[in-house]
Amino acid sequence: MHAPVQTTGHVWDGDLAEYNNPLPTWWVWAFYATIASSLVYWLIYPAWPVGKGFTKGFETITYVNDKGVTKTTHWNTRALLMKEMNQADKQQRPYFEKVESTPYQKIAADPELSNFVTSAGKTLFQDNCAACHQAGGQGKIGFAPNLTDDDWLYGGTYQKIQETITNGRHGYMPPFRDVLSDRQMDDLASYVLSLSGEKADPARAAAGDALFHSETAACYYCHGADAKGRQVLGSANLTDKIWLWADIPADRTLDRKVQDIEWVIAGGLNKGVMPTWKDRLKPEQIKVLTVYVHELGGGK
Amino acid sequence: MFSFKHEWIEKNVGLLAVATMLAISVGGLVEITPLFFIRNTVEPVDGVRPYTPLELRGRDIYQREGCYLCHSQMIRPFRDEALRYGHYSLAAESQYDHPFQWGSKRTGPDLARVGKKYSNEWHVQHLLAPRSVVPESVMPNYPWLLSTPLQYADIADRMKALREAGVPYSLTRAEYERNVKKFGPKVAEELSIPDAKENLIKQAQEGDYDGDRSNITEMDALVAYLQMLGTLVDFSKYDNDHFVKDR
Repeated sequence: MHAPVQTTGHVWDGDLAEYNNPLPTWWVWAFYATIASSLVYWLIYPAWPVGKGFTKGFETITYVNDKGVTKTTHWNTRALLMKEMNQADKQQRPYFEKVESTPYQKIAADPELSNFVTSAGKTLFQDNCAACHQAGGQGKIGFAPNLTDDDWLYGGTYQKIQETITNGRHGYMPPFRDVLSDRQMDDLASYVLSLSGEKADPARAAAGDALFHSETAACYYCHGADAKGRQVLGSANLTDKIWLWADIPADRTLDRKVQDIEWVIAGGLNKGVMPTWKDRLKPEQIKVLTVYVHELGGGK
Repeated sequence: MFSFKHEWIEKNVGLLAVATMLAISVGGLVEITPLFFIRNTVEPVDGVRPYTPLELRGRDIYQREGCYLCHSQMIRPFRDEALRYGHYSLAAESQYDHPFQWGSKRTGPDLARVGKKYSNEWHVQHLLAPRSVVPESVMPNYPWLLSTPLQYADIADRMKALREAGVPYSLTRAEYERNVKKFGPKVAEELSIPDAKENLIKQAQEGDYDGDRSNITEMDALVAYLQMLGTLVDFSKYDNDHFVKDR
C-alpha cells in the first residue's frame, strides 16, 4: 500500500484527484535567501541604472596607474584588472628592471637573469613569434627563417636582433623573368647551386658565375661579389647550405633543384615580412625576446 | 495564520491576468531597459570608424565561413587575456558592428587584436593550410578563398543596409561633410557609398593582401578585415587606466 498522499481535495469524475506536493520548506527558504542576498549584492556592487549613471555600491578598488598615480574607484572589472596587474608587476618588475639595466652580454652569464629570460622569453616567443618561426624557432622553408642556426639575413648580434624585432623586416628581391632569358636563369641557378657545394653542370655554373658578376643580372649588387650576402640589405648568403625560399633537400634531382632556384630568380621575392613589434611589445619585453632568440643557438 | 494559496490566483481569472502581465512586464523591462542606456556604455575614444568597403566584404566572408563559431572578438579585462591578447576590448570598438562578433566560445584564439600581429603572407598561408604554420591547430583549410573572385557588385547596397542600422556611411553630400568633421577627410572618403566600388578596388590593389595584384579575391577581403581588427584605437595616447572611469 502507498502511504496516504495529500491531495488538493478536489475530485473529478468520481475518482480523479490532484496531488498537492508543496516544495520542501528548506528549498523555499533557500529561495528567499537568494533574493535577500541579491539585495546585499546591490548594495556592495554596481547594480541599477539611475539617470545618466548607476548605483556604484560600497566596495572600492585602489590601484596605481602607469603615471604612478594612486586611485580609488567603485568596484569594477577594469579597476580589478589594474590591481591584479599591479600585484603581478610588483613581482616581475625587479627582474625586468635588472634585464633593462644589464648589458646584453652579461645577462646570459647571470644564472638568475638567464632563468628569467628563458621562461619569460619562451612565453613571449610562443605568443608572438612561433606562428611564423615555429615553436622551437626552427623556422619553415619557404616562409620564415630558422632562428636556431648561425645564419642570419639581417645580423645575429644582440643589437641587430633587437632592431629586427622592434622595427620588423620586409624581404625583397626583384623579379628577373623580364630581364633574363630562361637559359640565363638556368645558368644562374646552376651557379648558385655550385656555390653551396651541390653538384651542378660546370659549364653552366661558369656561365652563371659570369652573369652573376655582370651588369646584366647584377646579382653581386646585393649578394656581394663573394655571394655571401650583405646583412645591411638582408640579402642571403648563397654559399652556405642553408636555404629559405628555394627548397633543396638532398633527395631531389638536380633538375628539380635548379628549377626551384630558378623560380626564385624569375619571380623575385616580395615577402619575408616580419611585422613591427614596437607597438605591441614593451622595450623590456623586446629585450627579453632578443636574448631568448640570441640564445636559441645562433647568436653572434 | 496567513497562508498563501495558489488557489486564490488559479480560481480568479482577473487576478491571474494581472499577475501574468506583471510577471511579463518585469521580464520585459529587464531586457529592454539596458538598451536605453547603451550610449552610456560606449567610451568616447578616437580612431574608431566603420569598416571600409573591402573590410566589410571581408567581414561578410568571416561570418559566412563561420569563423565566429571558434573565434571570439572580445578581450576580457583579465590579466591572462591582457598579457596574451593586449588591451581589453572597448564597447566603442564594436559600435559599428551589426551584429557584433564578441562570441562566447573559443576553440581558437581571440581575434579582437589580431590586426598587424602577423604578416599578410602568414594569414594567406594560415587560411590555406593552418597546420602548415601551426602544427597543433585544428582549424579547417579554406583553400577556396584564394581562388574565388570577390563579389562586390552589391557593395553599395550592403553599405546602404548598414546605414539604415545607424552606421554612418554617407549617401548625400551633407552626410559626407558630417563624416569629414567626425572622422577626417581620409576616412570620410572611404565611407562614401557612391565611391564604394572604386574604394574597394583601390584598397585591394594598394594593400596587396593575398600577394597577387592581378585580381581581387575573397582572400584579399578577409585578410584586409583581419589586419584591421583592434588596430583603430591608439592606446599609447591614453593612460593605462583611462577607460576605468567608463565602468
